[in-house]
Amino acid sequence: MNGRRLTPYLFMAPAAFILGVALLYPIAYMIYASFLDWNPSQRIGQAEFVGLRNYTWLLGDASFRESLGVTLKFAFFVVSLEMLIGVGLALLLDRSIRGMTALRTIFILPMMIAPIVVGLIWRYMYHPTVGIFNKTLNAIGVESVPWLSDSFWALTSIIIADVWQWTPFIFILSLAALQSLPRSALEAARIDGATGWQQIWHIKLPLMMPVLIVTCLLRLIDAFKVLEVVLVMTNGGPGLSTEILSLRISRTASEFRELGVAAAMSNYLLLMLMLLTVLMFVYSRVSEARAARIRQAAEES
Amino acid sequence: MSRETTQGTGANPAFYALMVVLVIMAMGPIMLMITTSLKLNVDVMSDSARLLFMPTMQNYETVLCDVLWYDPAHVDYCDPTFGRALKNSLIIALVSTAITLILGTMAAYALVRFRFFGRGTISMTTLMMRMVPPAVLLVPVFGIWTFNFGLDGTYSGIILVYVAMNLPFVIWILQSFIVQVPIQLEEAARMDGAGPFQVFFLVVIPLIKPGLAAAAIFTFRIAWNEFLLANALLDRNTRTVPVTIVNSLTEYDIDWGVIMATGSLLAIPPIIFTFVASKQIITGMTAGAVKG
Repeated sequence: MNGRRLTPYLFMAPAAFILGVALLYPIAYMIYASFLDWNPSQRIGQAEFVGLRNYTWLLGDASFRESLGVTLKFAFFVVSLEMLIGVGLALLLDRSIRGMTALRTIFILPMMIAPIVVGLIWRYMYHPTVGIFNKTLNAIGVESVPWLSDSFWALTSIIIADVWQWTPFIFILSLAALQSLPRSALEAARIDGATGWQQIWHIKLPLMMPVLIVTCLLRLIDAFKVLEVVLVMTNGGPGLSTEILSLRISRTASEFRELGVAAAMSNYLLLMLMLLTVLMFVYSRVSEARAARIRQAAEES
Repeated sequence: MSRETTQGTGANPAFYALMVVLVIMAMGPIMLMITTSLKLNVDVMSDSARLLFMPTMQNYETVLCDVLWYDPAHVDYCDPTFGRALKNSLIIALVSTAITLILGTMAAYALVRFRFFGRGTISMTTLMMRMVPPAVLLVPVFGIWTFNFGLDGTYSGIILVYVAMNLPFVIWILQSFIVQVPIQLEEAARMDGAGPFQVFFLVVIPLIKPGLAAAAIFTFRIAWNEFLLANALLDRNTRTVPVTIVNSLTEYDIDWGVIMATGSLLAIPPIIFTFVASKQIITGMTAGAVKG
């Protein structure tokens, strides 16, 4: 009997151990390190404790603020464009067309291949002379665009690349959500003579809302995590125009050798993500309640 | 489009046209990489004859010269970097996947059958873990692995990170599959005298194979594609393919043919998984948001 009571712990122990050692401990360590003036050649014990200095210094640091601005801009445009296109396509293609399975399979490809490779492909396509975009533009008599060498275009270019890679994610999730909507509600709306637009606005979108919010949240979290694609395409340049926060963290750690500052920056990023998650959770609770009401009302009528 | 939202009648050719456009947009860049990898640099640089060129395996031979059984004629000096990186990537990705799956399944099973925490707690934890960007782990993992564990530059060091990074997601996705295993089956096995480990390996595991496939693909993909932590932790001899790709990118004079061949080789396993197991991948992707 005693052995049976131990079983669950035996099953849990290895995973719990690894998560503790390689995930929770590092995060705790990072929080501690953010209060230190620490460079990579020192052991952590030798680093000087400086309190909140890293945090306050960052707030006054112009490049950190610029990088934060770039990150927010990038995340905002990427997520709104992807939501718009992804949900739009899902609503448009939500019908039994043959070949849908094949389309979904092909749509996964950009998400499956390495971000490094995605960056590589786009860097090649944006190349000033051999890239396909400028070649095509030149062929139809339009002047070359400085895709990666102008600060406005560089940000636009990384946004386009991210939209290419991640819109399918939103599309697949919204399509799944659409196909699991209660048939009865849609049926009722159709019998009442609702037009296609009305059905979308008043029935489909509100009912999809809980899924859309989670999808949006997942995408937003990932947008803050993007690093490799930008690293390969622009390495943050020109200037600081595409230096998103995670790139800045990794450069602060490896190039400027300021581990304490990098840790403080990581903490800011983590706090921001946590805030976002909490907000989305609260909002999704509210809209779930709303969706339930609509569903009930639709089923009663 | 007011009336067409009726499902099942969408045989409109416009939709097929739209789908073709979407397929071209999704596949185009990837096909471009593959065709470039089959081109000589002369063809890459030339303005004309973009569609017509002699495909060549030279770039692949340059990249793989160390692993090939013959000496390609055009390679003067064979750089062993890539062959080594490919081996490292394979070992690291396969071992991390195997360990993550074993530990993850056990933990998920314990969580479902012995009811440690509610499903809500697990979902919340998974989401929290998903929130942590690899960049955030960079500083602490570098510090701890170098100074406390002495694991920098080793396979075990990076495998430990990848296992930890993937475990929350794997546990969470497998849970939803284990919940569906009828408990009566397990009880019947127990009646026949099977111990808890036998029940687990002989009854539960075979029934959750689709879940395992999804979890395996997701884990493998992360370990295979990851760059940042691999770059910080690994040394010359243990470097993975993504790290070598970034290292070979210089500001000017990029040998596009060779680098695209490297990129294509790195992209091959995920592409194969996609075509073999797209259903499982979609299940894994949608499970979180759609089922809740």
